[in-house]
Amino acid sequence: MALAATALTHLQLLEAESIHILREVASEFERPVMLYSIGKDSSVMLRLAQKAFFPAPIPFPLLHIDTGFKFREMIEFRDRMAAEVEAELLVWRNEPAIASGTNPIALDTKRCCGLLKTQALLDGLNHYGFDAAFGGARRDEEKSRAKERIYSFRDKAGQWDPKAQRPELWNLYNSRIHPGESIRVFPLSNWTEMDVWQYILQEDIPIVDLYFAKERPMYVREGALLPVEQSFVARLGEQRQMVLSRLRSLGCSPCTGAIRSDADTLPKIIEELLSFRSSERANRVIDHDQEGSMELKKHEGYF
Amino acid sequence: MPTSEFIPKLDVDTQLKEDSTFSLANFLANEHGRDLLRFATAGSVDDGKSTLIGRLLYDTQSVYEDQVHSITGKGTTGADSVDLALLTDGLRAEREQGITIDVAYRYFSTANRKFIIADTPGHEQYTRNMATGASTASLAIVLVDARKGVLTQSRRHACITALLGVRHIVVAVNKMDLVNYEKQAFSAIGADFTAFFDELGDMRPPHLYFVPVSALTGDNVVRPTAAMPWYEGPSLLELLESVPAAEAGVAHPFRFAVQRVLRPNQDFRGFSGQIAAGTIRPGDAIMVLPSRRINRVRSIVTFDGDLAQAQTPQSVTLTLTDELDISRGDLIVAPESPAITTRNFTASLVWMDEKPLDLARRYLLKHTSRTVQVQITDIRYRLDVETLKQDAVETLKFNDIGLVKIESVLPLSVDSYSTNRITGSFVLIDSVTNLTVAAGMIRSVGVETIAKATNVVTEADRRERWGHSGAHIHLFGPLHFADAVERTLFLRGAFLVRPEFPSEESIAVLTAGGALVLTHDTSEEKTVRFGSRQAVLSDVDDLLRFLETQAVIAGGNR
Repeated sequence: MALAATALTHLQLLEAESIHILREVASEFERPVMLYSIGKDSSVMLRLAQKAFFPAPIPFPLLHIDTGFKFREMIEFRDRMAAEVEAELLVWRNEPAIASGTNPIALDTKRCCGLLKTQALLDGLNHYGFDAAFGGARRDEEKSRAKERIYSFRDKAGQWDPKAQRPELWNLYNSRIHPGESIRVFPLSNWTEMDVWQYILQEDIPIVDLYFAKERPMYVREGALLPVEQSFVARLGEQRQMVLSRLRSLGCSPCTGAIRSDADTLPKIIEELLSFRSSERANRVIDHDQEGSMELKKHEGYF
Repeated sequence: MPTSEFIPKLDVDTQLKEDSTFSLANFLANEHGRDLLRFATAGSVDDGKSTLIGRLLYDTQSVYEDQVHSITGKGTTGADSVDLALLTDGLRAEREQGITIDVAYRYFSTANRKFIIADTPGHEQYTRNMATGASTASLAIVLVDARKGVLTQSRRHACITALLGVRHIVVAVNKMDLVNYEKQAFSAIGADFTAFFDELGDMRPPHLYFVPVSALTGDNVVRPTAAMPWYEGPSLLELLESVPAAEAGVAHPFRFAVQRVLRPNQDFRGFSGQIAAGTIRPGDAIMVLPSRRINRVRSIVTFDGDLAQAQTPQSVTLTLTDELDISRGDLIVAPESPAITTRNFTASLVWMDEKPLDLARRYLLKHTSRTVQVQITDIRYRLDVETLKQDAVETLKFNDIGLVKIESVLPLSVDSYSTNRITGSFVLIDSVTNLTVAAGMIRSVGVETIAKATNVVTEADRRERWGHSGAHIHLFGPLHFADAVERTLFLRGAFLVRPEFPSEESIAVLTAGGALVLTHDTSEEKTVRFGSRQAVLSDVDDLLRFLETQAVIAGGNR
């Protein structure tokens, strides 16, 4: 007598799909890599990779694109997690640009991102010869992401062409590429921000402390909270104050605003999320530089 | 863009946040019972499709204030008002040109269910995009303009969704506000559509629903409306919440394509994959295709501990009781109803490449985790999706749908698409350009054999099932050698009989019935005799090679 089959929850279904994608890439590409950005989505992706290959180790390295402006806690967390899951951690920085003092105030955010993130990413992938790179992007994050395939084909320059995407049916992914071309893979495509938080709660996944509310030094500018991490962010006469706050998404410290919040536990974060009235990227300066800016960045090779 | 005159002003503050007393415990308990429904939407911008999806997202509080703010006063509905269609128009190029380029995916949840919408454009390249969106959908909404009735375009959409095996089709009759909410327009469309669906024959989806809505005013989209008292059915969202999610397949025969062999150390060998149908438990017998070897599940391994049972569509790792040579691309199935291993089958193709189908060349076919070379040997017909006529053609062009015969260089283990959407589907890839050029749905396998199978079981049927012809093999050698031979053939799925007191009659009856009859005399030297032929053996593999050369068993899968 067979046990009665029980309906799977939406998180189990999302997990099963993501694991299938991770295994497919690891089996069909010569040199895959997981872009590890240290944020909550990366944390979920990393756990899914552990699950996909258990009891074997994760069969590809992690790559962090370090702009030099990441929060100190992020870097500490990154090194700790890589050791904990016993994965090989690679870090790539656009050293010439960093040495020449590139920052979002000296340049504008668009050019700063172009050099420290997009260019660094392309150089890093190129340097190691990766033919597939996992990213934690989700389709619900932004309009142009909603049109992204799970396997996103990139030409030799790493560029995305939304008009020439390969059809993607059922769970059949086309991994064929010519030398120099690559595929960006998004195993979390169908997850929403809420799904990610619930999964973190359900699976007890470690995340960076910056997501939890606590008294932190901030510059308060027209209601916005700018974390005190890099001195050049401050304007003349601006004073730092301690504010009970947290970060909703993690980026570079000069371009990531904090929110006032007392959510210091996962349930409180979920509760707060349910009451949110703006999308999670609203605090990212970079997405708003111009109409359709994410789409343009993706054209240039961004994730 | 909507062209209607009346644009209601949306009150963002009250709509976006209807606060109530919040209990996280309740919320999470609800979450646990929440399932997932994937649906596709078909219809063009003129039908108000973007507005309908915008309405679903907006009225279920699935959009954020900054997203609403960013489109307020833009679009075609004037200052201060929100053109809901803009919530879903993705790319810069699309906004500039007022068109939709590609399938977009959207997400929203209600208390009971998470929804994934594959939003497919109605105009350009509709076939390719619709097929993509419908391939993973359990339900499709076909949008029809109440003023225009069933257009050829609506018929195309309905036909493609049906072809892709979508079981629930909802015809949403939109813009009811522009026909004064009258029943007449709605009923006429219902009658026309039902007639068209009946013409689909075998392809007719099992569940068909009609809902009158106005995406612009919100009537009957999320909440039932008082504007159409003659309609007693559910609102569109109520319907979306009530159809069964895709748990179908749990009761079907087990299917599991091996994606990866995990071998972290000498003590562990696991086979990873996603269950494509059925359930599995430790101790269950399984068959591995194409080798047809029988084995047993030892454990179901996951990061979260071994499972007592797993079901489709979970991703798991299986360990087996016998060490077998199993690799990526093999299909693990229920032994009592295995998939069919074949090199020839008939399939519906949706051609998706600018370059037409070339009958003279080979393509790569990706089916589950196996990629093989194939040739399209015949185009039976091209289907006219508006008239359902079957046209004789020389080739299939961009966006054409046709029925073709395919011959594969290596065997594939398949089901028909109507039985299983995972083991019955494939894509074709151009090995030169690397583009995905077609999507395929297997309709029938070894047509001739199957036609016969309805009455008389033939020698070929038996050979297909058991992997060998009926034959009598006599072995000389030590007893343990005979036992090893029996075990090996048994594991390959052979219909094997080792009679204790063989007689000529019984052997004749058994071999005529397709059995492999094994008899044995003890001796020092290992020898096999089959008919008048005889060979000296050093091991069991030698015997298998001998049987292959005698065409008793199929070669290549030892």
